[in-house]
Amino acid sequence: MQTANKINYIGGLKSGVPIAMGYFAVSFTLGIAARKVGMTAFQATLMSFTNSTSAGEFAALSTIAAGASYLEMAVMQFVINLRYMLMSCALSQKIDHSFSVIHRFLMGFGVTDEIFGVSISVNGKLNPYYTYGAMSLAIPAWSLGTMFGVLMGSVLPSNVVSALSIALYGMFLAIIIPPARDNLILTILVPVSMAISYAFSKLPYLKDISAGTKVIILTVLIAGAAAVLFPIKEDDTDAE
Amino acid sequence: MQNNVYIYIAVMAVVTYLIRVLPLTLIQKEIKNKTVRSFLYYVPYVTLAVMTFPAILEATDNVYAAWGGFLVAVVLAWMKKSLFQVSIAACMVVFVLEIML
Repeated sequence: MQTANKINYIGGLKSGVPIAMGYFAVSFTLGIAARKVGMTAFQATLMSFTNSTSAGEFAALSTIAAGASYLEMAVMQFVINLRYMLMSCALSQKIDHSFSVIHRFLMGFGVTDEIFGVSISVNGKLNPYYTYGAMSLAIPAWSLGTMFGVLMGSVLPSNVVSALSIALYGMFLAIIIPPARDNLILTILVPVSMAISYAFSKLPYLKDISAGTKVIILTVLIAGAAAVLFPIKEDDTDAE
Repeated sequence: MQNNVYIYIAVMAVVTYLIRVLPLTLIQKEIKNKTVRSFLYYVPYVTLAVMTFPAILEATDNVYAAWGGFLVAVVLAWMKKSLFQVSIAACMVVFVLEIML
C-alpha cells in the first residue's frame, strides 16, 4: 500500500508540472491586478494559497476594490465557483473507497479545474496521493506566482506571460481529447460542447452570462442530455 | 478599500472550500442510478471543453497565435502525447507566432 501511494504521488507530481507552469503565468497576472487594487504581497499570496481559484480571485479583486459587503463577496464566490461542486460530485465517485474520509477533506482543498482534470482521468479508482502530488506543485506555484506578480509585475516580458497563459488550455485538451479518440460519443460530445460554448459567447443576452455560470449551465444541459440519450454501459466507469 | 481585506479573504476561502468539500464528504456511497452515473461520467469532458473553447482564443495577446496553439494542442493530444508535451508545444507555438505576427 505504501508503495502504491508513493507511485501515485510521483505520478501526481508529474502531471503537476504543466499545471504549475500554467498557474505561475496566470497567477502572475493575478498578482499584477492585486497590486493595482492596493493589496500587499502577503495578502495576495494568502488569498491565492487559501482559494486557488483563478476566476473567483480575479472577481474578488474588483469586489474588494469596490468595498462591497462580505455577504456580496460570499454570494459572488458561491456563484463563480459552483462548478467545483459538480466536479466534486464526479470525484466523489472516483476516489478509492479504502481511503478514510480524512483524505476527502484534504482533497477538497485541491479541487481546481486542472487538478480535477488530471485526477478524474487516471485509470481506475483514484488514489488520493495522486491528487496530493499534483496539489503539492500546483498550489505553491499558484501562490508564488501571485506573490511575484505583486512584487515584480513588470519584470517578466509580456510575450512570455502571453505564451505561458495558454498552457492550462493545452492541458485541458490533453485531458479530454485522448479518451474522445477511443469513444465515439465523446468524439462528438467534445466538439459539440465547444461549439455550443462558442455560440453562448456570441449570442445576444447569452454572452452576458459570466464565465462561471456559463460553465455550470452548459455542463448541466449538455452532460444531462448526453446521460439521457447515451447512458453509459456499466463497465465503462470502471474501465475509464 | 473600506473593509478588512483579511475578512474578505476568509469569506472567500470558506465559501470556496465548502463548495469543494461538501460533495466529496457527503456523497461517499457509490451512486447506483444509471442516469446520474452517466451524467457524472460526461461532466469532466463537457466542463473542460466548455472552459477551453472559445476562452483559449482570448488567453494570449494575439488571437491567431492562440489559434495556432489550439490546433497544435488538439493534434498532439489526438496523438496521445503527454499533458506536459501538449502544454509546452502550445506555449512554444504561441511564443513563436507572436514574434512572427
